[in-house]
Amino acid sequence: MMQKHKPSTEQIREWLDAVPDPEIPVISLVDLGVIRDIEWQGDRLRVTVTPTYSGCPATGIINLDIETALRDRGIRNIEIVKTLSPAWTTDWISEKGREKMLAYGVVPPQTGTACTSNSPAPEVKCPRCNSENTKLVSQFGSTPCKSSYCCKECLEPFDYFKCI
Amino acid sequence: MKADSDLFEFLLRMGDNTLVLGHRVSEWCGHSPVLEEDIALANVALDLIGQTRMWLDFAGDVEGKGRDADALAFRRDVWDFRNILLVERPNGNFGDTLMRQFLFDAWYHAILSRLAGSSDDRIAAIAAKAVKEAAYHLERSADLVVRLGDGTTESHAKMQAALDDFWPYTGEMFAADTIDTSLTSRGVIPNLAEVRDEWDETVNRVLADATLEIPDGTYQHKGGKQGTHTEHLGHILTEMQFLQRAYPDASW
Repeated sequence: MMQKHKPSTEQIREWLDAVPDPEIPVISLVDLGVIRDIEWQGDRLRVTVTPTYSGCPATGIINLDIETALRDRGIRNIEIVKTLSPAWTTDWISEKGREKMLAYGVVPPQTGTACTSNSPAPEVKCPRCNSENTKLVSQFGSTPCKSSYCCKECLEPFDYFKCI
Repeated sequence: MKADSDLFEFLLRMGDNTLVLGHRVSEWCGHSPVLEEDIALANVALDLIGQTRMWLDFAGDVEGKGRDADALAFRRDVWDFRNILLVERPNGNFGDTLMRQFLFDAWYHAILSRLAGSSDDRIAAIAAKAVKEAAYHLERSADLVVRLGDGTTESHAKMQAALDDFWPYTGEMFAADTIDTSLTSRGVIPNLAEVRDEWDETVNRVLADATLEIPDGTYQHKGGKQGTHTEHLGHILTEMQFLQRAYPDASW
């Protein structure tokens, strides 16, 4: 036996809240909203994870990081299950995660505005000078989840974590 | 079982469309006119290839012969591919690529939004996820078609030529065969005529904004959905499948 007792799922969630997102390391996997469920099934811990974007290369790393973090805490019998439904949305990113993201220089997504092809462009404030005078450069930025903006006041280019 | 083979064929059609177009678009990586467009094209390709994994893994499960998405992508030959001919057309110039993308995105977004209500739960889950990504693809390709179509004399001429070239490849998206009609009657996929209505509405609106004219001809190429392809697909597979052909079972 590696452990005398099974850690609670709340405890495990806390541990996973210390595992950084591979792309935006200031926020955790829990902040990102990809951990959908944590459940003991007998002696086996089942963690249900949903991918952000279908082709996001970080998905494999995320699973590996979860497993590594839990093994470091002495949990050996781990099953990571992928779920597609309900589909991940940026609305699941935590308030704490949004604050950290902004401080890091990435503008967090606006809540409740998951994109449709006819939705108006969101008003995105510059994370450096707070100006609303910004311009969308491209819907597709440094990763699939971000779009590129430029501030017309301080001229800084920056990322906006787009709604999906 | 007949029902399963219909579902398998449909999933191959979806997965092969996104795989072949994803590969085509990825050919632009490092060659686009500006950095932002290079990144955008690579991101679109990434989404499409990610969606391919979901479609083809499901296809492999339905088939029940132990083939996963990789086996289906890398170890089938041309005649086993079920993508429409439009997506295997060569990239041409940047305007050609954007026009092909727009005509595809308008169809893909329309069918995905309906597949999200499929009687098959796994199709519904895949579609509900993919449609959110496709919304961004359509927004971008439509925007660029308008900018280039209603742009300079030269960009307008290139976009009109691209539309004339690709138009005869669009009908295949809506040409229902017995597989489609059977799956429609089971509630697995939408009626393709409904998808066409939405596509027509989107395409007419965007092309009008782009000051482009829909060509007169009614001739439409078809066959890809049934496995009869143009010479271009073989060349794509030669490159895409090289590693698994030369070094079977090689893994990262």
